[in-house]
Formats: sequence, C-alpha cells, structure tokens
Amino acid sequence: MKHVIVGAGPAGVVAAETLRKGDANAEIQIIGDEPEPPYSRMAIPYLLNGAIAEDGTYLRKTAGHYDDLKIGYSQGRVEAVAAGDNSLTLAGGDKVAYDRLLLATGARAVQLPVPGMDLAGVHNCWTLADAREIAKLAKKDSNVVLIGAGFIGCIILASLLKLAGNLSVVEMEERMVSRMMDGTAAGMLKRWCESKNVEVLTSSRVKAIEAASEGAGDKSVVLEDGRKLNAHLVVLAVGVAPNMDFLDGSGVATDDGILVDEHLATNVENIYAAGDVAQGPDFSTGGHMVHAIQPTAVEHGRIAALNMLGHNPLYKGSLIMNVLATAGLVSSSFGKWDGVKGGDSGAQTDEDNYKYLRLQFDGDRLIGALAIGMTEHVGVMRGLITNRTPLGAWKDRLLANPNRVMEAYVANSQL
Amino acid sequence: MLKSLQINPEKCTGCLQCELACSYENEGLFNPAKSRIKVFNFHDQGRMVPYTCTQCDDAWCMSACPVDAISVDAETGAKVVSDAACVGCKVCTIACPFGTVNYNAASGKVIKCDLCGGDPKCASACPTEAIAYVDANWTGLDKMRGWAEKTDSGAQAEA
Ligand SMILES: Cc1cc2nc3c(=O)[nH]c(=O)nc-3n(C[C@H](O)[C@H](O)[C@H](O)COP(=O)(O)OP(=O)(O)OC[C@H]3O[C@@H](n4cnc5c(N)ncnc54)[C@H](O)[C@@H]3O)c2cc1C
Ligand code: SF4
Repeated sequence: MKHVIVGAGPAGVVAAETLRKGDANAEIQIIGDEPEPPYSRMAIPYLLNGAIAEDGTYLRKTAGHYDDLKIGYSQGRVEAVAAGDNSLTLAGGDKVAYDRLLLATGARAVQLPVPGMDLAGVHNCWTLADAREIAKLAKKDSNVVLIGAGFIGCIILASLLKLAGNLSVVEMEERMVSRMMDGTAAGMLKRWCESKNVEVLTSSRVKAIEAASEGAGDKSVVLEDGRKLNAHLVVLAVGVAPNMDFLDGSGVATDDGILVDEHLATNVENIYAAGDVAQGPDFSTGGHMVHAIQPTAVEHGRIAALNMLGHNPLYKGSLIMNVLATAGLVSSSFGKWDGVKGGDSGAQTDEDNYKYLRLQFDGDRLIGALAIGMTEHVGVMRGLITNRTPLGAWKDRLLANPNRVMEAYVANSQL
Repeated sequence: MLKSLQINPEKCTGCLQCELACSYENEGLFNPAKSRIKVFNFHDQGRMVPYTCTQCDDAWCMSACPVDAISVDAETGAKVVSDAACVGCKVCTIACPFGTVNYNAASGKVIKCDLCGGDPKCASACPTEAIAYVDANWTGLDKMRGWAEKTDSGAQAEA
C-alpha cells in the first residue's frame, strides 16, 4: 500500500505518523513545496519576537524523526491529480503513483485588490520566508502598518509591536476579530491595544499603498477617507484562500475548500483531504466548514489517516476554537460564541480589569463561550461543549456567575 | 506498572496541603494560586474535590501542540511540558477538555501536572489519603475515560 500526502504542515505530518502507527509496512511519502523541514506556521509570531530560532518552529524536534518512522519527505510542487490512473504530476513533469492520496495543502495568505501590493516592504505573515522579510524591516523605531485585525493579525500584533514600537492597525470591519468576538470583547481589546500605544483604525478601508516622499518610511498606506499612514513595513493579514487550484480537472469537488464527508474522504475514490484546505463537518452547526485552525488540522490528519488505513471511523466534526494573546491580553472563543436563537446567555464583565466571560446555552447545554483575560481552566469550556453535558441546576448558577464554569464541570464529572 | 493519582473526594477535608505542596515544588512558593492541583469546594453539598490532570491517553494537549513541546515521560507516563520548546501559544489550554493546562503569564509558558517526576508532592502532603499515588488501573479513572471518549471527534477512531 502506498500512501501519498501532499503538504507537510501539521495535518500532513500527523496523518503520516498515524499511518505508520497503524501499518508498519506501508510506503508513506509526504510531498511539500516549502524548502524547510516540516514546520508550524503558528510558531511564526514567536520566531519574530525572538522567543525561538527557526528550528523552534519545526513540527518535530527529534533528529531523524521521519527517517526513523520510514516516512519519506520530498520537496516538490504538485501541479495536477489524475484520479483515473491514481497518479500526481509534479512541477517539472515527474509522476508519482498512489494507492491512497491525502490532500493537506493548507491555505495561503491573500493580497488586497488595491494598487501598490508589489512595493518593496509589503508582506504577508504566513510562511517562514515571509517572517525573514518582516524581521529585516521591523527594526526599532520603524513605522509598521498592519492591515487586518482578524485572528492572525491580532496574534502577530504583539511581535510587531515589540520589534518596531510604532504600530498602526487598519481593519475594515467595525471591530477587531469580528469573527470570534462580540462588541464588548472587541471593544476591550481595542482599548487595551490603544493603552499599549497601538493606533487601531476600525471601519477603515485601504485604497492603495504608494511610495512616499516625505515623512518616516518609504511608503504610505492610503485609506479611503484620504488619510495616509507612513510605513517602513506593511504587513498584510487580510484572510486566506485554500490551496486547491491544482485540482482543476481532477473531478475532486470543492466549495470554500475541498469538500470532505464524515470519513474525511472527497467525492473521488481513494482521495482524502485534511486541514486548512478541507471543508469538513463542523461540530456546532452540523454543516461543512473550513476552520483553518491548528487543532482541527491535527484532528483531520489523524482521522483521515485512520480512514486511509481502512478502520473507517466516523468523524463527528471539530469544534471551532481559538485562543490568542494580543499584546499580552489573552482571549479565547469556542463554538457558537454568538449564541443560537432561543438560547440563553450569561456574562460577567469587568471593563477596568479587562475581564469578560460570556457563556451561551441551548437548553441546559453549553454551546459556545467567549473569554477575555481568562487563563485558568479554559479548556473545560471545550469539554463541556463537545460532550454536550446537560448542566441541569448548574445552568442557572452559570447564568448568574459564568466564572463558576470549572466548578460546574467538576460537579458534573467528579461528584 | 504505571502509577496514577487516585483522588478520593470523600476523604478530602479541604486543608489545601496539596495545593501548597504543589506550588512550592513547582514554583518555589507557598501559593495555592500557582498550584497545578486545585481543590473545589461545594459548600452546599459539603464536598471538596481535589482535581488535576490525569495524564489521559488521548492527550489533546500533546497532539494539539504545534511545536512538539509536550511529550510522554517514559517512566511515569506523565505528559510533560518542555519549557525550552514551549512558545506559549496556549493552544493546549483550549484543547484539553478537562481544563487542566493553564497559561502562566509570568513565564509566558503553560503549566500542567507532571507527577513531579514520579514522586507527586500533593499525594505525600495529603494527610487523609484523599490523594494517593497508586497503580494506574483504579476504577476512578473510568470517569475521565468516559469524558475523554465523548470529547473525541472521531469517537470510534482507535481501531
Ligand atoms: C502567523 C500565524 C499564526 C497562527 N496562529 C494560530 C493559532 O494561534 N491557533 C491556531 O489554531 N491556528 C493558528 N494559525 C493557523 C495554523 O497555522 C493552520 O491552521 C495550520 O498550519 C494548518 O495546517 P495544515 O497542515 O492544514 O496547512 P499548512 O500548515 O498550511 O501546510 C500545508 C503545506 O502544503 C504546502 N502545499 C500547498 N500546495 C502544495 C502543492 N500543490 N504541492 C506541494 N505542497 C503544497 C504548503 O506550502 C504548506 O507547506 C496561525 C497561522 C499563522 C500564519
Ligand atoms: S502553549 Fe506551549 S505546550 Fe501548549 S501548545 Fe503552545 S507551544 Fe505547545
């Protein structure tokens, strides 16, 4: 049996390891198009802020890890899939045959559809190659403009602030991290950033980036209202798109991502998909969704591999969840943090101390949560949500005081 | 035979010796707020429940970690955080469905129970044997396993 995995991110690597665990003899080959050993994008902010060196971003730290597991890892870019004869074509024309194929090609950072994207010093923050360019320009006292205050933007914000000192953030939505935070949480986050001397411009669209002749920095970010922000470095975090263009003509069905069923299988026999590129079952909605987060990528990788091994486990869908620290303020969100129709919601807000916890219920079950400034026992919200624990009398206690959520779990599981 | 922490809530008096011992062993100070084991007090039922990581087999914290910073101690079976490798991304804190991995802002790393390398100080400090370090197949662990099974997004995943 020959398993071929395209993409050497967390989804691909976890899949390869799971395949090996389940089959000592199968041939396992990972093909990835980045020049480094398999690494984690998530670690890039910590490379930028100096906490780790490049090798600290590597997914596996043991020397010889892939060789020891007899997992082949080769550099190459897959350009086409011919499902009819179970083969791939690489850039350069080489063909690779497979018995089972896993597509774990992730996503790429998108550009803005405005002039000036090609100016020197305008970068995404998605790959190690991007990180090296950013590190060159984000020097002490340089001006940095970050475009996009979504989840990824807010994570890299701290590193940019630490490196450069002068940071402006431009976000077209009316609030920061609009896809994981309500107005109260996002308001706190904005106030927090401003207290750290970060300029936060929400409801602001970028019209162009142009060369600047005056002021500090060789370019300026021009907003639709005419304001200009001078910059040495512009970092883009405005969204991602799945890497699936190479599937054109393959017959593999796609939508927002590669469509996969409850076995992580695509519509084409012997082809599976996992991670940021896959539009798979979503725990909260029962629909199909691209999550583009690390925990889902890892779960996909493992469960896709078990299916490729023929164990055929059913996948219940992952819970979308995030945790981030924005210039030191920790926030997290889980599932239906914005609630459901007819559901109840309880919150505790402490604006002065930047603390907020909102819990969302459907009947007496927790279905979503949003927290600012909470660092203890956070995971229990994931547990209560994914286990669909009936909270009974604890629901009213939690509506009155959401901070008792860990107690509610201990009471329901240990008493 | 691997050993594990056996918790007998009915024996707990709420004296918090375990929390003090844990924080002293791991953080060098007697401060229950820094303890990795926590005693929950259910006043209305008159019950106290010491609670910490049970080093579960699924180890969501370990598989979610993007940089291989959590590994299994071969001798104790504990899932141990390597401070050198941990970047403080906190993904493990949301992945653990038991809520037993916490972020420590002071160090910028996460902390969790590591069984003190095979000599758990909470167990030796407990005067009533509400916490004991015993062979790993005691039945109380089943509660955790049940919880773990429900959390798994591929419940029938392990062949
Ligand atoms: C700065 C940053 C911070 C982040 N922080 C968090 C966080 O805090 N929490 C969180 O949950 N997630 C975070 N993420 C997202 C997380 O990194 C991704 O969800 C995760 O990397 C997805 O893994 P993957 O294996 O699906 O894809 P990837 O890691 O993107 O790996 C896919 C690989 O496939 C390669 N590839 C693509 N096309 C081809 C082809 N045709 N041929 C060969 N190879 C190909 C790609 O180049 C890439 O190397 C962050 C991402 C970034 C950039
Ligand atoms: S906080 Fe540290 S141990 Fe936890 S997932 Fe991130 S790097 Fe791994």
